[in-house]
Amino acid sequence: MKKEIENLKEYKYGFTTDVENIRAPKGLNEDTIKFISEIKKEPKWMLEWRLKAFERLKKLKEPNWQKPKYPKIDYQDLYYYSAPKNASSKPKDIKDLDPKILETYKKLGIPLEEQKRLNGIAVDAVFDSVSVATTFKEKLNDVGVIFCSISEAIQKHPNLVKKYLGSVIPITDHYFATLNSAVFTDGSFVYIPEGVRCPMELSTYFRINASQTGQFERTLIIADKGSYVSYLEGCTAPMRDENQLHAANVELIALDDAEIKYSTVQNWYPGDEDGKGGIYNFVTKRGLCKGTNSKISWTQVETGSAITWKYPSCILKGDNSIGEFYSIAITNNHQKADTGTKMIHLGKNTKSKIISKGISAGLSDMTYRGLVDISSKANNSSNYTQCDSLLMGNKCGAHTVPYIKNKNSKSNVAHEATTSKISEDQLHYCQQRGLNSEEAVGLIVNGFCKEVLQQLPMEFAVEAQKLVGISLEGSVG
Amino acid sequence: MEEKIKNDFEKIIENSKFSNKDIELKRDFLNKFIVSGFPNKKLENWKFSDLNQIIKKNIGDLSFYTNYSIPNKLNPSIYIDGLEHNKIVFINGRIEKIDFKYEEKDKIQISDQFELKKDTKVTNSLINLNNAFANKYFKIVIKKNYSIRKPLVIYHTTNNINSKNINLRLDFVLEKNSSLKIVDIFNDQSEKNFINVFYNFELNQDSILKNYKIDQIENNNIKYSFNNIVQQENSVSETFILSSGSNFIKNEINCDLIGKYSSAFINGIFSLKQKKHHEIKTNINHLIDNTKSYQLIKSVLENESKAVYQGKIFVDSKAQKTDGYQLSKAILLNETTEFNAKPELEIYADDVKCSHGSASGSLNDDAIFYLMSRGLNYTEAKKLLINGFLLEVVEKITDSQIKNLIKNMIGLKE
Repeated sequence: MKKEIENLKEYKYGFTTDVENIRAPKGLNEDTIKFISEIKKEPKWMLEWRLKAFERLKKLKEPNWQKPKYPKIDYQDLYYYSAPKNASSKPKDIKDLDPKILETYKKLGIPLEEQKRLNGIAVDAVFDSVSVATTFKEKLNDVGVIFCSISEAIQKHPNLVKKYLGSVIPITDHYFATLNSAVFTDGSFVYIPEGVRCPMELSTYFRINASQTGQFERTLIIADKGSYVSYLEGCTAPMRDENQLHAANVELIALDDAEIKYSTVQNWYPGDEDGKGGIYNFVTKRGLCKGTNSKISWTQVETGSAITWKYPSCILKGDNSIGEFYSIAITNNHQKADTGTKMIHLGKNTKSKIISKGISAGLSDMTYRGLVDISSKANNSSNYTQCDSLLMGNKCGAHTVPYIKNKNSKSNVAHEATTSKISEDQLHYCQQRGLNSEEAVGLIVNGFCKEVLQQLPMEFAVEAQKLVGISLEGSVG
Repeated sequence: MEEKIKNDFEKIIENSKFSNKDIELKRDFLNKFIVSGFPNKKLENWKFSDLNQIIKKNIGDLSFYTNYSIPNKLNPSIYIDGLEHNKIVFINGRIEKIDFKYEEKDKIQISDQFELKKDTKVTNSLINLNNAFANKYFKIVIKKNYSIRKPLVIYHTTNNINSKNINLRLDFVLEKNSSLKIVDIFNDQSEKNFINVFYNFELNQDSILKNYKIDQIENNNIKYSFNNIVQQENSVSETFILSSGSNFIKNEINCDLIGKYSSAFINGIFSLKQKKHHEIKTNINHLIDNTKSYQLIKSVLENESKAVYQGKIFVDSKAQKTDGYQLSKAILLNETTEFNAKPELEIYADDVKCSHGSASGSLNDDAIFYLMSRGLNYTEAKKLLINGFLLEVVEKITDSQIKNLIKNMIGLKE
């Protein structure tokens, strides 16, 4: 066990894979967008959609109200498309995949050969800008579930994509979301037909490999009436000195009686101990509870990235719909996070619950920022929010910035927040029973996070629990 | 507006006796105000209350000119009955009376001969406005080891004026081991003015400040009141706000706890009936170890009224052993009301105890049912519940005389 932890101390996903790339020319302009659209063999309407977003982007300014400030990003000095050479046309069979890429995913602990998968999770693997493999396709096809890359969906299921893409995050949204709409390269597409309970967990694994590349993926999940799906997302990137931009958009749509559970374990490269390098994780995630009795639940474990800046949100439009947000965010060394959620209650009898646990150590800075907005029409709605922060050392910061708007006298909103440190008593108790101080801290932190960890699917929970421990290595002295 | 405000300013300067240096500084404050204008919702601090719009909608064009050379008539009927107290009477922008008749003369020092100081740190445009236009400002010093015997009541009165901007600035220094009680009474017989009050408190070691702000009389004025409090070792400040009468009022309190064992208490009540929009904004800065702050804000809202509470606790990395607490609760009585809260924590030290809570909703149906089953009708039951809800805040007032005064004012029963 001890040796295992030793091995884990370093960012173990920091290797690079040496594969030949096809890249779009550097820079953000119409030609780049046309290049992306062309190489993906997109229909004309898609290109027009992208260009419309780009037009809008030109008028927008980068937001700067967030707590973690970062140096100006030169959007002209980025590659917006990078793909392994022989993956530009996705191989039909996994055997045809570049062995180096297969090797990469094996190293990451995500073997793509289906026979090796015992735990029955269908995976869509995204390598830089393209989806390289999707497993268990046939099995899912049998029940009518569509699980493929978004590029494939644009070609094969244009009606669904046309109808829902941009319906939750419109191209007129904020800067990074609009940037994504203009240049998104790949991502996953999920459609669960009426009344189907998806037979296995679906999962996407994101990997940034190439340097100077921004990753802009787009995920669209549609749960039709009475369906259920649980979706997992994992992310890693190699260690590089430069800061890389990751600006993804995730849209969820739940129709009547449908339920979507979306879990993220985010472990992008956080930069080294001095805060050099690392990923800027500026992601827009938004779910729309469109139908009555629908439910969307976000669970996130955020341990990586130099800067995490995201607010997975729920728009509770359908009557009786439910939104949930469970989050653990851990920052160490020079990492910064500004994360939280928005719960927008529009329908009657809507309910939302927010549980957020923030842990900051080293020289890091962590902010919970959340909005609960109960509109005047959302009768009998309720929200419960709890955000707890744990500080380790006096060089880090933990902040709570909730915005609470209640316009409905028949609705109830309750918010609680605490900030504390691990008490000497607790540590003493654990150490007395033979744990060393690091193990004791690990145990206490895991207990602190338990409410959220419980929400994760089993396989992820184990990984996440380990991650929680690793992320805090060396923060106890 | 720009030309108007400049003309008004020059008119005041012509008729005044300010020193050249003061005039120059005032002009500087004026220019700063002109650059930023009235705060609007784009500023985080004013997100829920767009003052610029509120003034435009309710007042329209403001006049900044006040003729300070003509004294106003004092009307003794506004004085609080049955309470022996010292007075400051402020009418239509002029301080007409300062009276400390219950106190020892040499223990209180009052002066108005101050030169303005350039303060580059101020980013609050309303404070710039205040500094540019306030007539003379007084500094009141409570001498070492002296506790004032009777409370000081400051009457803020307006009459027969319209669409005017009125500014008041007072500075208080509490020397070592002294204490001061202030009751602010807002009493307006005018409409549609913008009243801007700025208090500066300097609390030295072991001093105690109690400030009770009462805005209860119905009026259509727009108000902003800013208390800046700096606290040395072992000092205590207690602020109570009753926010009820004005069309719009924002009470802002900035409190810097720079001495060990200093503590700040802020309690507030919003009791809003008709189309009113009130806000309390607090900034408690714990800048050294072993300090304490406590905030309790309760609201009862009716008929298209809106209350906003923005409370911030800041804990510096030096401020270990901080104890910070913040609670806001609101009862929304009709569908047209709105309660917005932003309880914020910004914490850089690890050995602290900080928590906040916020809840808003309707009256508890079970409680109403319980009371009705015991023979009360609905209105009585509602009244009793609201009474109990607000009483908790009033009970926090440490001065029993003033506690009773406020209880009578809002008709709370024990």
